[in-house]
Amino acid sequence: MSSAELTNTASDWKLPSQRKVGMICLILTESSLFTIFVVAYVWYMGKSLNGPFPKEVLHVPWLASIALFGSSFTVTIAEKFLHKGNRALFHVWWLITIALGAYFVYFTGAEWYHLIYKENLTISTNVFGSTFYSLVGLHASHVIVGLILLSIVVISSFRGKLDPGHSEHVEMIAWYWHFVDAIWVVVLTLVYFISVNY
Amino acid sequence: MASDTIVDPDFKVPAPERVGEEGKTWSHVIQNLVFTVDHKKLGLMYIGAGLLFFVVAGIMATLIRIQLFFPRSTFLDPDVFNRFFTMHGTAMVFLVGMPMIFGFANYLIPIMIGTRDMAYPRLNAFGFWVFFFSGLLLYFSYFGAPGLYNAGSAPDVGWFAYSPLTAKAFSRGHSTDYWTLSILLGGIGSLATSINILVTTFCLRCKGMTLGRMPLFVWLFVVVAFLVIIALPPLSACQIMLTLDRYLGAKFFDTQAGGDAVLWQHFFWIFGHPEVYILILPGFAIANEIIPVFSRKPIFGYPIMVAATVMIAFISLGVWAHHMFTVGMTSLGNTFFAISTMVIAVPTGIKIFNWLGTMWGGKLHFDLPMVFCLAFLFQFLIAGLTGVMLSVVPFDWQLSDSYFVVAHFHYVLIGALLYTFFAGIYYWYPKAFGRMLNRKLGFWHFWLFTIGFHLTFFPQHISGFLGMPRRIFTYEAGRGWEIWNQLSTIGVIIQIPGILFFVYNLIYSYFKGEEAGDDPWDAWTLEWATTSPPPEYNFEKIPEVRSRRPLWDLKHPDDPDWKFE
Repeated sequence: MSSAELTNTASDWKLPSQRKVGMICLILTESSLFTIFVVAYVWYMGKSLNGPFPKEVLHVPWLASIALFGSSFTVTIAEKFLHKGNRALFHVWWLITIALGAYFVYFTGAEWYHLIYKENLTISTNVFGSTFYSLVGLHASHVIVGLILLSIVVISSFRGKLDPGHSEHVEMIAWYWHFVDAIWVVVLTLVYFISVNY
Repeated sequence: MASDTIVDPDFKVPAPERVGEEGKTWSHVIQNLVFTVDHKKLGLMYIGAGLLFFVVAGIMATLIRIQLFFPRSTFLDPDVFNRFFTMHGTAMVFLVGMPMIFGFANYLIPIMIGTRDMAYPRLNAFGFWVFFFSGLLLYFSYFGAPGLYNAGSAPDVGWFAYSPLTAKAFSRGHSTDYWTLSILLGGIGSLATSINILVTTFCLRCKGMTLGRMPLFVWLFVVVAFLVIIALPPLSACQIMLTLDRYLGAKFFDTQAGGDAVLWQHFFWIFGHPEVYILILPGFAIANEIIPVFSRKPIFGYPIMVAATVMIAFISLGVWAHHMFTVGMTSLGNTFFAISTMVIAVPTGIKIFNWLGTMWGGKLHFDLPMVFCLAFLFQFLIAGLTGVMLSVVPFDWQLSDSYFVVAHFHYVLIGALLYTFFAGIYYWYPKAFGRMLNRKLGFWHFWLFTIGFHLTFFPQHISGFLGMPRRIFTYEAGRGWEIWNQLSTIGVIIQIPGILFFVYNLIYSYFKGEEAGDDPWDAWTLEWATTSPPPEYNFEKIPEVRSRRPLWDLKHPDDPDWKFE
C-alpha cells in the first residue's frame, strides 16, 4: 500500500473531536448536578418556617446579570479575533470577558455580605437559606472555575504560548463559559423572579 | 572505515530505562502500578481491587449470616451488626460492582474498538486512584470515625443512609462523614472514567468500526457511561447537601426546620435505581459477547439489543420511587411508578429472548464462560420476576423491607451480575495472562457456588413472606424463621469453598495454566486478533474492520460477514 493510499484512507474516516465530546459530557453531567439543586430549591419554596423570606431580602441583580450575559458575547467576539489572527483585539475582548465575570463574582460576594450581615440570612437560618446559598454558591463556584480557565488562556497568550493550534482549546473554554451563563438564566429566573413571590 | 573508529565493537547502547521497568523487585512492581497509565494494567487493577473489597465485604456478610443462624444469638452486638450490613452494602455497590465494571470496560473497550489506549490515560489513572482511596477512606472509618466525640465507629446508617438517621443528632461522631466523603470521592472517579469511556468510543474507533459494527459489549458500556454521567450527580448532590447539613447547620433534611426527610429518599433513588442498571448492563454486555461465541452463531437481533438497552436506560431514569411505595405517595405517583417499573421488564425480556434466540439451533459449547452465562440467564429471570412482583404496589406494601427484597436484589447482583463477572473472567483471563483457567477447578467453583448461592438466597424469599424484616440483628424463636435462616447460613458455608476454588484457580493458572494462544475460543471480536497478553500498544498495526465480526472475516475470506450486512 503506498503512502498516498494511506493518507487517502485516513482522511475519509472521520470521527468527532475528542475535546468536543469530552466537553459535552462534562456539561451534561454538570447539568445533572445543577438540576438536583434546582429541584431542591423548588421543593422548598415557601416551606421556610421562619424568615427572612425571599421576597423580603432578594433584589433582582440586573447589573450583574447583564455583565454575565454580556460576557458570553464578548467571549465570542474575542474568539473571532483569535481566528482572524488579531491578537491585540483578542486580548482586549478576552480581558473584558474576564472583567465582566469578575464583576459578577464581586457582586455575589457583596450580595452575600449584605444578606449575612444586614439581613441575618445564613445557610442555617431556614431552608430558603440552605437552598439559596447552595444553588447560587454552586453557580458562583463554576463562574470562578471559568474565570481561572479564561485567565489561563490570556496568560499563556501573553507569554506567547498560545498558537493557532490551540483554537479548539479556546473554543472549549468558551463553551464552558456559555454553559455557566445558561445556568444563570435558570437560577436568575427561579430565584429572583419566581421565588420572590414566596 | 571500521579501522579508524574508536568505538568498542562490543559496546551496546543501553536500552532507555522506563520508570518501573528497571527490575522485578517489589518496590519496582509497586512503582509500576502507581505510575502506570496503561488501560490494561488499570483495568486489571480495578478488577483486583474489586475482588479484594469483595472478599472483605463477603466476610462481613458471612458474619451477618452466622449471627442469624440461631434466634436470640449473641454472636454479634447490635451496633456491630448495623455497621456490618452498612459496610457490606456500601462496599458491594461502590467498591466491588463499580470497579469491576470499570475494570472490564478499561481493559476491553480500547482493544475491542481497535485503538491503543483510552482517550485520556492520565484521567483514567486518576479515576482508579480516586476510587481506591475512597475505598480505603470508607474502611478507615473503623479507626478514624470515633474522633473526638468518641462515639460511633464505622457507618451504621444502611447503604442508602435515610435521613434523619444521618442527622448530627442521631449519628454522632464522624462515621457518617466518612461514608459521605467516601461516596462523594468515589463518584468523582466514576464520572471521570465514564467521560473517558464515552470519548474513547466516540472518537477513537479504528477505521471501519462504525457505531453499527461496534461489539455489543462496547455499545452497552456507552449506555452505562451515559447513565453514570446523568444519574451519579444526584448522589453527589445528596452528599453535598448532607455535608452542609452536618457541618454548616443547613436544613435540607431537618424536618423540624421545614426540611424534608423524603427529599433525601427521592434524590438517593434517582441515583439508586439507575445505579442498578449501571451495574447490571455490564453483566448483559459480557453475556452478549460470550453467548454467541459459545453457541457458534452471531448474536440474534443486534439492533434490537441496542435499542432495548437504550430503552432500559431511558426508563430506568423514571422508576426510582418504586423504592418508596411504603413512604406514602399519591395514588397517581404509585400508579406511575408501578407502571414504569413493569414497562422496564419489556426491553429486559427482549434481551432474554434474544439470548435464547442466539442459542437456538446453535452448536453449544458448555465451557466455563458459557456455563456461568446460562446460570445467569436462569437466575436473572427469577430476579426479574420477583422484581415485577415488587412493582405491584399492594404486594410491595406487604413485603417492602422484608427478606423477600433482600432475596430479590441478591438474585440480581449475585445471580446475574456476579455470575457474568465470573463468566467474563473465565472468558478473558486467557487474553490477559496468556494462560487458560483450570477447567476442573472452575467447575468445582461453579457447582459449589451455584448450590451455595441458591441455598442462601432462595429461602430468603420464604422468610420474607413469613414476615422477617431486613436488617434486624436477631429474631424471636417460634415464628417459623429459624429453618430458613439456617438454610441460608449453610448456603454461605457452601459458597465459601467455591470462592476459594476460584481464587486458587486465578493464582494457580497464572503459573501453571495451559498456554492459551491468541484466540483460544475461536472468537470474532478484535481483542482476539492481538497476542495474549496484548502488548502495551495493543496492535502493531491498527486494524481495519468491515463487519461486526472482523475475525470471522479474517478466518473465512470465502464467506465474510460484510457481504451480508
